[in-house]
Amino acid sequence: MKIKTYKKIIHDSLAWIIAFIWIIPFLGLLMAAIRPMDELLHGWWNLETLNLTFKNFIGAWNHSNVPLGQGTVNSLLIAVPATVIPVLIATMTGYGFSRYRFPAKRSIYILIILMLALPQQMIAVPIFGIMNKLGLINNYFGLIIVHTAWGLPWITFFMRNFFTTLPVEVEEAARIDGASDVRIFFNIALPIATPAIVSAASLQFTMVWSDFFLALILMYSPEKLLATQRIPLMRGVYFVDWGLLAAASILLMLVPILVYTFLQKYYVKGMIGWSSK
Amino acid sequence: MHRKATFTHLAIFILPALLLICVFVFYPCLRTISLSFFSEGKFSLHNYYEVLKSRDTINLEGFSKGFPLGTLLHNLLWITIHLPLTIFLGLFLAVYLKNVKGGSIIKSIIFLGMVMPMITGGVLIRFIFDKNIGIVNEFLKLFGFIPKTWTAYPETALFSLIFGSVWLWAGFSMILYSAGLETIPKDLYEAAQIDGASSMKMFFKITIPLLKPITIVVVTMTLLWELKIFDIVYVATMGGPGSASNVLALQMYTYAFKALNFGKSSVVAVFLAVIALAVSIPMARSAGERR
Repeated sequence: MKIKTYKKIIHDSLAWIIAFIWIIPFLGLLMAAIRPMDELLHGWWNLETLNLTFKNFIGAWNHSNVPLGQGTVNSLLIAVPATVIPVLIATMTGYGFSRYRFPAKRSIYILIILMLALPQQMIAVPIFGIMNKLGLINNYFGLIIVHTAWGLPWITFFMRNFFTTLPVEVEEAARIDGASDVRIFFNIALPIATPAIVSAASLQFTMVWSDFFLALILMYSPEKLLATQRIPLMRGVYFVDWGLLAAASILLMLVPILVYTFLQKYYVKGMIGWSSK
Repeated sequence: MHRKATFTHLAIFILPALLLICVFVFYPCLRTISLSFFSEGKFSLHNYYEVLKSRDTINLEGFSKGFPLGTLLHNLLWITIHLPLTIFLGLFLAVYLKNVKGGSIIKSIIFLGMVMPMITGGVLIRFIFDKNIGIVNEFLKLFGFIPKTWTAYPETALFSLIFGSVWLWAGFSMILYSAGLETIPKDLYEAAQIDGASSMKMFFKITIPLLKPITIVVVTMTLLWELKIFDIVYVATMGGPGSASNVLALQMYTYAFKALNFGKSSVVAVFLAVIALAVSIPMARSAGERR
């Protein structure tokens, strides 16, 4: 018995050591962000003198060329509608695929599944062309549409899988009572689907927030750049201001980390659900 | 069991999504394919020839002279190193952390690399390999290495990115395997224990086979991620120095939006898409089987 508890203690301590090793780069980034430059030169791990400063965070937020504050507002203006719209549309589509028969249903569904594997590079040039014709380059609406269309296939797939697991009896009963299909969807199916919707939304939101490629090809004017686009621009060519870059990176990752922290259960379910099943 | 849809049903539930997907995903894909086959207004394989023979894509001289080896081989190298490492690490961590006190907190810490934007992932990789303040150098100093910015030299740039991305991505396979382990019934292990099976034997005869569906998913998603790798490279090295860490996705971007050569960029995009579709066949199949 005693050997067993010893083993358990060693096992658990080793696990925490692994966790510590894993988090070292984050600790470094945090140290680089909150310590003055002259202290960093001796290594962020050197704790002989330790002065804390918020100068870097303020500097990144109000950066003279690419203020991250403005970028954060822009990113939110994109990420919120580019989450709400596709999740709402794709929830209905997923429901439709799980409840109705219609011509070419199987082929369309297979096409949608194939799209889950596509790289964004495959649409980049034509999307630029379309948006250019529509006058939607440098326009939030344009980027929101592209994110919406890009998110639809996986959310449809995810929601269809969810709805097929639901029994249809309640819906049938409501139908006999004379409820219309739209009413059944909004009053019965949608409320039951809330956990799945939260999963899809938390994942879609972090994906849009973290997106760099689509923003890179559609947003050009300095005041409209998204938060992710501003990070590479803060990096000097010959000299890297690590304090500033670290602070900016922390601010950028804070949003998805908060989403993950508060919606962990849903987030992980979404990740497992959309990649498997 | 499924009801026949009327036009109203289709118009409300199916068509809005289909319309958006057709205009902004499906049509652009077809357009990219057609762009890849047209050169100077004529149908030809010229673009394919250009891209395949280009040193940007495959640089056989690299084998004797050192990096770059070309984007296609860089992505391949990425897969060869990153795929087995993240799978084994993820599986090991999932099994090792299963009954640890506070295991879920440790898992969350490891999963952080997956949660943050990959742009910051690239910053972090550049940061840990930095000459002056990189922790990797501080560690290697113990073994007598001279500090340098590992991402800035052709012979080490790509490897730095690959190993950095192992650290970022291991959390993904760990989380999926952890969920998979939960689904294995405990009595299987108890029965095996009564029969006198060693824990090694139980791992290989029970755990591994029952995790097979998860493994298919993890392998596929990891392959897709390795193929599409872009943000990390863009921010950490921009594919440099001298294309020594360039990858397909970044090559496509450079061809299209810097060189404005849409024919060649479309060829690279088609390559990426074809490989991506090919690697997802096993997953699509296993999804079909279970339905």
